[in-house]
Amino acid sequence: MDNVFVYCEIEEGQVAEVSLELLSKGRSLADRLGCSLEAAVIGAGLKGIEKQIFPYGADVIHIADDKRLYPYQTLPHSAILNGLFREEKPRIGLLGATSVGRDLAPRIASALKCGLTADCTALEIGDHTENKTGKEYRDLLYQIRPAFGGNIIATIINPETRPQLATVREGVMKKEICAQDCKGRVKTIDSDKWLGDDDFVVKIIERHIEQSKVNIKSAGIIVAGGYGVGSKENFRHLYDLAGVLGGEVAGSRAAVDGGFIEHERQVGQTGVTVRPRLYIACGISGQIQHRAGMDQSSIIISINNDPDAPINQIADYTIIGDLTDIIPKMIKYYQKNTK
Amino acid sequence: MKGLKIIVLAKQVPDTRNVGRDAMKADGTVNRAALPAIFNPEDLNALELALRIKDTNEGTTVTVLTMGPGRAAEIIREAMYRGADKGVLLTDKKFAGSDTLATSYALSLAVKKLAPYDLVIAGRQAIDGDTAQVGPQVAEKLGLPQVTYAEEILSVRKGRVTIKRRLERGVETVEAPMPLVLTVHSSAPACRSRNARYTIKYRHARTLGELQDTSEDYLQLRKDRPYLTIDEWGVSDVGADVDQLGLSGSPTKVRKIENVVFTGRDSKVISGSENDIEALMKELIDSHTIG
Repeated sequence: MDNVFVYCEIEEGQVAEVSLELLSKGRSLADRLGCSLEAAVIGAGLKGIEKQIFPYGADVIHIADDKRLYPYQTLPHSAILNGLFREEKPRIGLLGATSVGRDLAPRIASALKCGLTADCTALEIGDHTENKTGKEYRDLLYQIRPAFGGNIIATIINPETRPQLATVREGVMKKEICAQDCKGRVKTIDSDKWLGDDDFVVKIIERHIEQSKVNIKSAGIIVAGGYGVGSKENFRHLYDLAGVLGGEVAGSRAAVDGGFIEHERQVGQTGVTVRPRLYIACGISGQIQHRAGMDQSSIIISINNDPDAPINQIADYTIIGDLTDIIPKMIKYYQKNTK
Repeated sequence: MKGLKIIVLAKQVPDTRNVGRDAMKADGTVNRAALPAIFNPEDLNALELALRIKDTNEGTTVTVLTMGPGRAAEIIREAMYRGADKGVLLTDKKFAGSDTLATSYALSLAVKKLAPYDLVIAGRQAIDGDTAQVGPQVAEKLGLPQVTYAEEILSVRKGRVTIKRRLERGVETVEAPMPLVLTVHSSAPACRSRNARYTIKYRHARTLGELQDTSEDYLQLRKDRPYLTIDEWGVSDVGADVDQLGLSGSPTKVRKIENVVFTGRDSKVISGSENDIEALMKELIDSHTIG
């Protein structure tokens, strides 16, 4: 009872990155609260899966292993997780803000009538006093997330209901292997007691999951474009620069919405959070929702026609001008000075 | 086959996508007046999927259900102009302040009141919260299966629907029995524009709340043309338990709202001249940032 749970997502026998990141965060929350960190793994062919999870600090791993449980489906996974949560009564439940986590978490919240906060960018433990009643709450989970298109940051709490549920996007928390001697217990979930035939009425007919080709999260150099790039064709300049510097190309939400670049390259609150050593922002005005996903970059260069673009406030270098003129010059002088 | 009965869940939202500099007041609160109220974009994708099913299945009806203040009736009319048959506005002061759980409770009661139905279709998420919670929460309360992130309906046959879903890193095709809750991804086809005939037909459609100051003539017109009535339901119409609504029915509470503050950096402004760019590239190479 009263422990911290992380739902671990499985794809092709691998625990998802975001789940490992959440285990690391869960470990620090559990340490702060003096409780245990428990992982829930639901899937098929999971023999040995604990070896991927224990290094991230789980004390207990609950495993439901059944060939009907992979690939992920809403009804069987929610039946099992609901059952497990009803028995274990966790204090906190964390899920990745992924296609799976965002499908599953609201189902759980609705069934257990508990609060859920989507896409948290920070999780902390703290106290709360209710203004009206003066009632005090100890050690609540502060679920911190952008709201209103990223223009404000809200701290959400669930004073009365348990578990306190939150989802977090990949790349927001840092994955950390804890001390070598991390080793816990494995518990088998008796999933049959929660599953019925009704949970398998949806049939998966076909499935194409691409291994992520791009990995902007771990790129050291990112050349990103916004709406100001103007067209998909103009993004060619960004690819040229990234190619020469050995970096990846990314885009803002506006560039993705404009069809200039694919969603998996989106940086920002509704995309990926990145921390490269160099971030070159081309034609990006710097809406808050974008800045929040890249402001921890070591060096930021902004290339923009508009000297007043908000991005310039957080840039180390601001180049005023047109990217179709500036980028070729950058390539030219990079090549000249590295030869 | 006989037509289907489809309920589309839609929301009127402030347009948070293109927030100008006047969108935040000096005290850090949101200046709602500076943001136009729009039909939530993915709910328009949801409406289009519903209308496509209607196009190919004779006798299908599409009912738009929305919860919000009185002016949210605007999006019901907008849906009617594009091909929806009728609308229900769920509105009551007691709904105000509802989080996603309380909202899904209210919506699920209204959906039940509209039973029987075959499909409940909603946008994946609303742009004012981006939570993507209400669709699955409604499905759970209705005890129905859900298919999230739908992009295309491939077939509707013998009580089963085949749907293509858009996942983060791929696509999935699933087949599910009706009744079913679907949430629709922005990669689904864009909604058709207004139809001139429907726009004329429904331009006088009103909720009871909007009729406060209308003339006798109009009331007679409405009597003759029942399709001009947009149903308006409150807490008692759907038999809701007030304790599960509004702030008291919402397990999530906002503890604090802050303005987003970024640490400013010492920014060096450079021109696009050959000399300046070369100096910059040299500096970056010397500091081993690149190269």
